[in-house]
Amino acid sequence: MATPLLQPEGHQHPETDPPAPATAPAADVPPVPAPTAQDLGDKKLSLFRLLLRDKFATLAALVLVFVGLVAVFGPMLVGDLATRQDLLAANKPPFSLEDGWGYVLGSDSLGRSMLGRLVIATRTTISVALPAVGIALVIGSLWGVWAGYHRGLRETISMRIADVIMSFPSLLLAVVVLYVFNPSLGNIILILAITRIPIYLRTARAESAELQSRTFVDAARTFGSRPTAIIGRHVIPIVLPTLLTLATLEFCYVMLAESSLSFLGIGIQSPDVSWGLMVSQGRQYLQTAWWLSIFPGLAIVITTIAANILAAWLRIATDPAQRWRLSLPRTRGGRRFGTALKGATK
Amino acid sequence: MLVYLRKRIISSLLPLVVVVVGVFALARLTGNPASLYLPLNATDQMRADFTARQGLDQPLLVQMADYFGGVLRLDFGESLRTGEPAAAMALRAFPATLQLAATTMVIAIVAAVLVGCWAALKPNGIADRISSFVSMAAASIPDFWLAIVGIWIFAITLGWLPTSGVSGGEAWILPIATLMLRPFGVLVQIVRGAMVSALSEPYIKLARSKGASDARVVSHHALRNAAAPALTVAGDLTVGLVNGAVVVETIFGWPGIGKLMIDSILQRDFAVLQAAVLITAIAIFVLNILIDLGYALLDARVRPTVKA
Repeated sequence: MATPLLQPEGHQHPETDPPAPATAPAADVPPVPAPTAQDLGDKKLSLFRLLLRDKFATLAALVLVFVGLVAVFGPMLVGDLATRQDLLAANKPPFSLEDGWGYVLGSDSLGRSMLGRLVIATRTTISVALPAVGIALVIGSLWGVWAGYHRGLRETISMRIADVIMSFPSLLLAVVVLYVFNPSLGNIILILAITRIPIYLRTARAESAELQSRTFVDAARTFGSRPTAIIGRHVIPIVLPTLLTLATLEFCYVMLAESSLSFLGIGIQSPDVSWGLMVSQGRQYLQTAWWLSIFPGLAIVITTIAANILAAWLRIATDPAQRWRLSLPRTRGGRRFGTALKGATK
Repeated sequence: MLVYLRKRIISSLLPLVVVVVGVFALARLTGNPASLYLPLNATDQMRADFTARQGLDQPLLVQMADYFGGVLRLDFGESLRTGEPAAAMALRAFPATLQLAATTMVIAIVAAVLVGCWAALKPNGIADRISSFVSMAAASIPDFWLAIVGIWIFAITLGWLPTSGVSGGEAWILPIATLMLRPFGVLVQIVRGAMVSALSEPYIKLARSKGASDARVVSHHALRNAAAPALTVAGDLTVGLVNGAVVVETIFGWPGIGKLMIDSILQRDFAVLQAAVLITAIAIFVLNILIDLGYALLDARVRPTVKA
């Protein structure tokens, strides 16, 4: 899978960034993190309002919330529907309510409900993707900010390591590692996180390298703040929106990577079930029961498209120089979709 | 030029070395290698024999020297399944993957340049919309699923194309279409972006004012300058293409190196897996050098700046 469509270093904040968090102190008090709770609350509220103005982004957010809710509460609701075998109800075609709602998406060759299995698979898929994205985000960002702030040898070595990981196909890395260690949930999360750390590392490094030469960082340094304090108080708050946007996009990538691994038989192992594994299991019944492969794949596609659209919107919404675009009155329906699409692929 | 190339070779050699060392470390430092190379139901006697024959009871440094010697001679041991040298199997599978990947890349690049230029000339036109849509699809649709949908529609329902195999030209259509989605989706956006910025340069205005036609401006003036950024991405894309090839080859029964890898994993044939992974790494290394070379030839500005 190609590195998803983004240029890690390309996204630089223009000079109009909010320097607010740090430029304030003119007296000899050490700089205090400026955004108070009130400010943050306002900001969140306005971000939420902005979201509601964009119907595609709203829809995308709703889809993701729905997937999240299914992952958390779904397994409770479906109970044993996913594992109950019923050979009399084997290979039921979808979109028929004869056997009740449980079989609305059909059933597999053992008569297990497709809907039930999809719900269970949602939890597995999310419980791989979220931790993997989280681990990569935290490690990659902190490392990148640190490397970019200190420059010099630390930066060079960090970037070399990132280059090495990036220049090797992530799937091959995963293939070898998951062969040597057994493909447990933890190992899959770990290998996915490690292969994605360089993305955050590169972005965070580029942003922090640019920030560390700004006046407000200089000021903080002059007042004697320690590097860790400067990084924590002045650099990270500014870099964070970019990194969170990146993480939304990375969520797609990690999900696709996990499904590829599961599809190839080296990811999630039966009797656990993930969307990728379901596609793979349904493949041999493609001639007789197409829904076994098509529906789980559709679940992947819908979730990734939603995350992509939301990431494109977030990128514009968290960038003060571009945010005005979202508050423009809408001209034509297709337009907004067009910008979101382009944003997603830049 | 030579200085530039030497620099690039050294910096792309580093990942290769890391992979070679990494595979050794994974194979030797995680428990008993005999259990990696031998089938799961091997007896203790078999394990002991294997350990002695492969020199696994030697000190680690001796093993490491042996291993590096083997890598340099492309000797990775023998396959458990067939008893053939693993390197021979990997090298036999390699051309199939190369053919598939090269064809895909050529078609993807040509298509991306055509559609990308068209999209840059007419913003919000049909080509622009197509390229946006494909890019979105490339970032969202899993390639294995796309392949399966392709098989379902074109092979099973319509019966136009074969489901797998390498016989005849039709067998190439689905694998290439699947594999092409991602490189095309990325490249078309890059070509479009580079063309939009190239078309606003003064030299384009000059060419236009001298009465050059649209086609000539695009093909002779803008495209040449827009090609360099597209080429830099080509390296990343080919690395990604390997990932795609593993999936596509497995689904379509393409006898390439990706299928060999997955087969050797499922049958626990570590020697072959190791050979396939390392030969792929070497191929990527060579390819990166070629791309750097092409980049230097294409963009005259690169040479002096790198030298300085």
